[in-house]
Amino acid sequence: MNRLVSFSYLTAIYCFFYLPIIILVIYSFNNSSYSLLWHGFTLDWYKQLGDDVDLATVALHSLEVSVLAATLATLIGTLAATCLYRHTFFGKNLLHGLMFVLIVSPDIVMGVSLLILFFLINMQLGFWSLLFSHITFCIPFVVVTVFSRLTGLDKNIFEAARDLGASEFMSFRRVLVPMLWPAIVAGWLLSFTLSLDDVIISFFVTGPDFQILPLYIYSLVRLGLKPELNALCSVMFAITLFIVVIFQFVLRKKEV
Amino acid sequence: MSGSVLALSGVYKSFHDQTVLENIHFEVKQGEFLTLLGPSGCGKTTLLRLISGFEVPDAGTIYINGVDVKGLSPQQRHVNTVFQSYALFPHLNVFDNIAFGLRCKGLDKAVIRQQVEDALNMVKLAPLSQRKPYQLSGGQQQRVAIARAVVNQPSILLLDEPLSSLDYRLRKTMQIELKQLQIQLGITFILVTHDQEEALSMSDRVVVMHDGRIEQIGTPREVYEEPSSLRVARFIGEVNIFETQVISVDEHVFHVMIEGKAFTLKNRRHFTADQKIYTLVRPEDLAVWSPSEVTDTTQMFPGVVEQVNYKGCTVDLMIRLESQTLLAAAQFFNEDDEKLDFHSGESVWVHWIPGWEVILPDES
Amino acid sequence: MKADQLFKWVNIASIWLWLSLFALLPNLLVLFTSFLENDPVKLMRWKFTLSNYLALLDPLYFKVFWHSFCIAALCTVICLCLGYPFAYLLARLKSHYKNLLLFLVIIPFWTSSLIRTYAIISILKAKGLLNTVLLSLGLIHQPLAILYTSTAVMIGLVYSLLPFMILPLYANIEKLDIRLIDAARDLGANTTVIFARVILPLTLPGIVGGIILVFLPAMSMFYIPDILGGAKSLLVGNLVQNEFLAAHNWPLGSAVSMVLTFSMGLLLLIYWRINKTGQNNESISKL
Repeated sequence: MNRLVSFSYLTAIYCFFYLPIIILVIYSFNNSSYSLLWHGFTLDWYKQLGDDVDLATVALHSLEVSVLAATLATLIGTLAATCLYRHTFFGKNLLHGLMFVLIVSPDIVMGVSLLILFFLINMQLGFWSLLFSHITFCIPFVVVTVFSRLTGLDKNIFEAARDLGASEFMSFRRVLVPMLWPAIVAGWLLSFTLSLDDVIISFFVTGPDFQILPLYIYSLVRLGLKPELNALCSVMFAITLFIVVIFQFVLRKKEV
Repeated sequence: MSGSVLALSGVYKSFHDQTVLENIHFEVKQGEFLTLLGPSGCGKTTLLRLISGFEVPDAGTIYINGVDVKGLSPQQRHVNTVFQSYALFPHLNVFDNIAFGLRCKGLDKAVIRQQVEDALNMVKLAPLSQRKPYQLSGGQQQRVAIARAVVNQPSILLLDEPLSSLDYRLRKTMQIELKQLQIQLGITFILVTHDQEEALSMSDRVVVMHDGRIEQIGTPREVYEEPSSLRVARFIGEVNIFETQVISVDEHVFHVMIEGKAFTLKNRRHFTADQKIYTLVRPEDLAVWSPSEVTDTTQMFPGVVEQVNYKGCTVDLMIRLESQTLLAAAQFFNEDDEKLDFHSGESVWVHWIPGWEVILPDES
Repeated sequence: MKADQLFKWVNIASIWLWLSLFALLPNLLVLFTSFLENDPVKLMRWKFTLSNYLALLDPLYFKVFWHSFCIAALCTVICLCLGYPFAYLLARLKSHYKNLLLFLVIIPFWTSSLIRTYAIISILKAKGLLNTVLLSLGLIHQPLAILYTSTAVMIGLVYSLLPFMILPLYANIEKLDIRLIDAARDLGANTTVIFARVILPLTLPGIVGGIILVFLPAMSMFYIPDILGGAKSLLVGNLVQNEFLAAHNWPLGSAVSMVLTFSMGLLLLIYWRINKTGQNNESISKL
């Protein structure tokens, strides 16, 4: 009896999660603009996506920002995580706490605060304001991912490297980075996804000349234009799915 | 200080207001196998880390090859460490692990290859050079750790409890191998261990430590047969301690009372009358006889066997004397005493050969 | 030696510099701005005032706060009620498919919640899946007008935020030492007692972690009420958005934002307290 209840409950929640998305994907192939009824299979909406020049520009913008933000956030975050782990320095506990607070901080608070900052330093809202903002909210996630992997390592290894004559930089390059590689890649993937999907912060810090995907989707949703939107959302979902698969694969490798 | 590869003078170290090392003084000769021996918490590992440069002393000086190493980082000292957990780089194979230190020095590729191969041959791991650490057994990993350290030709090799995670048989084998390696390389080894058997079997000299202080430095024979304090005597091997009252003192001998019997012992340390002293006798130096086997019992203690432990090569007996003192006696099987057949509750006579005892003053 | 220390200090300096400039400073600026006067042209006037905070006590704004708070609280409770059993069952599952099932929970977590919210529309609308199914089953006779109501917003919030409740709970419950439960059973405790006295207190950090990750976004995710609630449902997030981008009253918007920050601070304090009395040391990795 117990097992049946558990099984049903778990299945129900999984259905709750996936049903809307599955419906969305199915209807992206529906040969009809607005009707709920199935009118036949079609790839028209996907073709429309491919032909949409505006969309191509927007997608490119998103890709630019997300790849750059993820890479830089991963770099800064990895260095920060190793510092937190290896050294004691003034304000170390504060830095730890700050990471935690940044993760938990509501996006809107961050978006608004960055808007005020950019206004006061007279920076025009566009690519750069977006990039700096994305790097900022991605860093804590990289730090957490890399740090938790660091704590699982044998502490003696770094002392061994020093003992054998490696400088700090050599230890970092030859010992730390290879050993942390799965976590670093995982951090990059996480940052990339967070950046690609971010709505709230981007809403505040981007300018009219630099449109990105999530905001493009948002405006389409509000306008109620459905058919192409279904296809676009399905593609985004597929990309996310693909990234999660790689993420799991990378993390699985850490067993070695 | 001259001629010694390592010298410590007046070294102190404390952590968070707790003194971990106090007034450490000793010298180590080139090519010596020295062991730092003591129970956990005695400061031996801290001492090792001070020598390697991972910790800095609060006071005192450390000289390596006659040079004050103050301010020198671990990389700059000609000292290498073999860590207890081996700390092999998991992402590098055996060859690259061993080559690591040489690569950091920027040596020529061909030179590195030659030296690594020599090291591999020395620890007999040449066929496994392409394996990763997780593919090796504990003993093999340990050899890689040693090779990785010695290939850098340090003046001193520090080993932090290197054999503690190996099983009994492997430990015994490695003890012999380590000793042979040390002789072959001619490098000074400083080993840290809490296993006194290990210390006695491998070392040229042993530094017995307790509570951050050096209790005694001597050859294995000296610390075992002539412990300088009760602590050393108790820590190394088993020992029976008799409270002893000095009755009178002559120039070369003195008369004492032990367990109600009078003894005349050699006065090597010039004790005075009425001084409180202890007589120490190792279990293997006690002879146990059943009443039917002895006639003159004036210099023997009567007792009752409480426990009999068969240990294979010895039979260990716990004997309760009339004064409630509990003695440990280890009896060896030999041609003179084939019948080693004691039972619990049996009455026996116990004595030792005069001269085999150690006498120490009361330390309080 | 010097190059060594240089590398270390460059790292420390760079992370501090970045975070000070882009995290600490901006937040201080918000605090600062919340005490300034509004200026229609220059956006803020350099004059200290408490009028922004006082304005928040106005029934109009207060209603919004109260409404947000209630919705967020209700959403959190629902997520907790739905998520806790799910996390528990999943963590205790002894199956070959456990990794796959975990993977299936992570996907919604990673998927853009905007897309997932949009997906809900096609289910909830008048001619949507839900109504069609219910009508065809004869359970209702007229389509339910769920879309553009508070109910839709609630469903949307729960749908978006449930994974954020499940994952911290799962991480926490997974680490639960089952021997503790065995020990309790050995000592004679029944299921209710075991749950209340052993499981619940030990999973408390996970619960609080989940609450923080759900409650705050529930108050501040403005696009969900925007898409699902139409103009009727206004949350704190919408308020902030409105003040900053429509009404251009930045000081007032900052004040509202500070209220959110303050709520976050309160929740973090509770979380920290719970962790202190609990056995966890690394609260960062627990999340």
